[in-house]
Amino acid sequence: MTTKRTKWGALAAVGVLVIAFGWLIYGGLDSNVVYFLTPKELLAKGAEGYDKPVRLGGQVKPGSVVWDEKALDLRFAVTDGTGEISVHSKGAPPQMFKDGQGVVVEGRYGRDGVFTSTSLMVKHSNEYKAPTKGERPSEMYKSLMKSAGT
Amino acid sequence: MTRLLAFNAIVVALAVSLLGAIFGPIAVRRGRRDWLMYLYAAVYTNFVLVTVSTLALVYGLVSHDFSISYVAQVGSRATPTFYTIISLWGALEGSIVFWAWVLAMYAAAVVWFNRKREGNLVPYAATTLLVVALFFHVLLVGPANPFQPVFPVPFDGPGPNPLLQNHILMGVHPPLLYLGYVGLTVPFAFAVGAMLAGEVAGDDWIRLTRRWTITAWGFLTAAIIAGMWWSYEVLGWGGYWAWDPVENASFIPWLTVTAYLHSVMVQERRGMLKLWNLNLMVGTFVLTILGTFLTRSGIISSVHAFTQGTIGYYFLGFIALVLVAALFLVAGNSDKLASDGRLDAPLSRETAFLLQNLLFTTFMFTVLIGTLFPLVAEAVRGVKVSVGTPFFNRMSLPLMVALLFLMGVGPALPWKKGAGAELKGRLIPGAALGAVLAIAAVVAGARNAYSVLAFLFAGFALGVNAGEFVRGASARVAAHGEAWLVALARLVGANRRRYGGYIAHIGVVLVALGVAASSTFRTEQEATLKPGETVTVAGHTVRFKAAWGRQEPQREVIGATMELVKGGQVVATAEPRMNYYPTSQQPVPTPDVRSMLSGDLYFNLMAFKQDGSNVTIKVIWEPLVPWIWFGGFVLCFGAIVGVLPQRERRAAAAPALAGGEP
Repeated sequence: MTTKRTKWGALAAVGVLVIAFGWLIYGGLDSNVVYFLTPKELLAKGAEGYDKPVRLGGQVKPGSVVWDEKALDLRFAVTDGTGEISVHSKGAPPQMFKDGQGVVVEGRYGRDGVFTSTSLMVKHSNEYKAPTKGERPSEMYKSLMKSAGT
Repeated sequence: MTRLLAFNAIVVALAVSLLGAIFGPIAVRRGRRDWLMYLYAAVYTNFVLVTVSTLALVYGLVSHDFSISYVAQVGSRATPTFYTIISLWGALEGSIVFWAWVLAMYAAAVVWFNRKREGNLVPYAATTLLVVALFFHVLLVGPANPFQPVFPVPFDGPGPNPLLQNHILMGVHPPLLYLGYVGLTVPFAFAVGAMLAGEVAGDDWIRLTRRWTITAWGFLTAAIIAGMWWSYEVLGWGGYWAWDPVENASFIPWLTVTAYLHSVMVQERRGMLKLWNLNLMVGTFVLTILGTFLTRSGIISSVHAFTQGTIGYYFLGFIALVLVAALFLVAGNSDKLASDGRLDAPLSRETAFLLQNLLFTTFMFTVLIGTLFPLVAEAVRGVKVSVGTPFFNRMSLPLMVALLFLMGVGPALPWKKGAGAELKGRLIPGAALGAVLAIAAVVAGARNAYSVLAFLFAGFALGVNAGEFVRGASARVAAHGEAWLVALARLVGANRRRYGGYIAHIGVVLVALGVAASSTFRTEQEATLKPGETVTVAGHTVRFKAAWGRQEPQREVIGATMELVKGGQVVATAEPRMNYYPTSQQPVPTPDVRSMLSGDLYFNLMAFKQDGSNVTIKVIWEPLVPWIWFGGFVLCFGAIVGVLPQRERRAAAAPALAGGEP
């Protein structure tokens, strides 16, 4: 009899633990899942889209880049052709960052209509592709060699 | 020619494994022990054949034989020989070849060492190993065939992925990972063998594979640390752990096998947890296969997952097969799995191990769910999501802190009996050290509760575990009049498993201190500098000297020379670079690190003006990060001590040892 009771007690304890664990996991996931969205999708969310962790993917809108070299302050707009969101980020952009480049910014969309980014990644496929003319590394390298006089 | 040799060797190995796997059980059922030599011969032959195939593929890579599909995919004439050889595991197909080879090696070795044992455990374990080998041979002949003909033969290839040829640690991390992952197949095979042979009541399957499990655990630990190190040295963000699915894939089975290393001691000493240990080992194996599936099928796109294809279904099918078979085997043996002992006192070593297992299992499920959630969300709701670092940190920090605490309490608690008055004496030095570290952390500016607790319990665990060495050695000094170092060496030598474990605990403490300090006190500065200008980070002044360019055989390099200045003198220089590979538009950032005992100065070149007039550089002060790598070495040293053969005890030496229990 006692062993049976202990068994049920143990099962109940395990049950309580599992439920508590599940609840914690659910809560953790609910508030920390990061959605991949395009500007159009984020704008479509309306007020629900504010102040949630988001990964925003799109192209850098040509002509929108404002880069303050001394303050390391970067502003630009991300577009997917339809929607457009202005982004504010601190720190130097990656070397390949330029007009029209595909980017993914992670951060939160503020109520002031500016997306504050904590990380900025240039999107590039893992497929091998020959670089187009003008962005060949060797050309950048040569111009640096020339000017540095090494 | 090379291609045909390599491919046919795998085809024959497939046939041999299949025949062995069918023949083994027949020999056992008929009770023909004289037939077992054929089963074992299949295991050895498999090893020879896979070795031939692997060497042929390496030869193909080195001789730039682009008629082999794998070489055409990852080879290039300009790549240095070292990176050409290690591109064996640079992409999916080659890494499966390497996996099959490591498995064949383990199988041949473990069967050789145990071939003379009576009973059916070893034959069934050998059969299980052949079935696993068979799965990988099927992959190599089917969806992951690296030996397809290429026509017309190209003159040159693209070379390995730039990220994988940018650092020497890529030659270290993957082999360690495979040696760890695949090594876990050995205890799994013996667990299955024990169930097939009906030998689950004893713990022979655990004892025979103890060294193999510790070895695999050591390799897996080293692989995880080396992976962190690689990420730190190559990816340029100054961190070492991002809860990336690939990192998680190696960490999840580590959690279960670490739990297993502790829970088997409860079975050996008290005859409890037999069912649990079997399940833990089956689970660990399934998690290694799941990890390979996640990282190699391209299902989660991340830095490592370069490949796509049908191979995922093979993995899922194999995982399902293992789970169903294990379920039937466990059910069939359930009548033999009753516990011999029971929990006698709430405050005993057993309780500590039980709690430790509970926490490790919870940890495993947390990481597993966080890793798989994006897949489920995409499949079920069609949304692209990722589970961010905040989730993992929030869930895992309490677990890690609790585990650090248990790591301090556990070694001080005695088996079976409740704790006596002695306990206090064992805990006090640790508690004092912990308090000192916690206070130091608060004074230094730590305000996060978990951070302070981490320092507190890390110091506590360090004090208790180191205290065990002091107690044991001083008892020997008192009893035998030995010199301190001799006493310490003999103490460890006489009980390698126990003290190897404590050494590993100390390694964990060092890693924990490094992680706690670097995540609490990290400071970074990003600045655009002209030549001669300086930036100061955490009291270290860094000056930009010049930007430069250089042509190397397989790549072009742009770098910046940075000088660390102290009192007007240049005390060190660093050269963060960007490496341009012809196959990639994106430069590969190549940070430079200057290490000191108190931490690392981490330099990353973020951007440069093409005329060299300025560069943007990120300088990060990373306190205690070198301790993580050092702690990794200590962990591995603990594993080595635990694996080395036990020294023969002289009859008189034993009783005087402090603590008494092994």
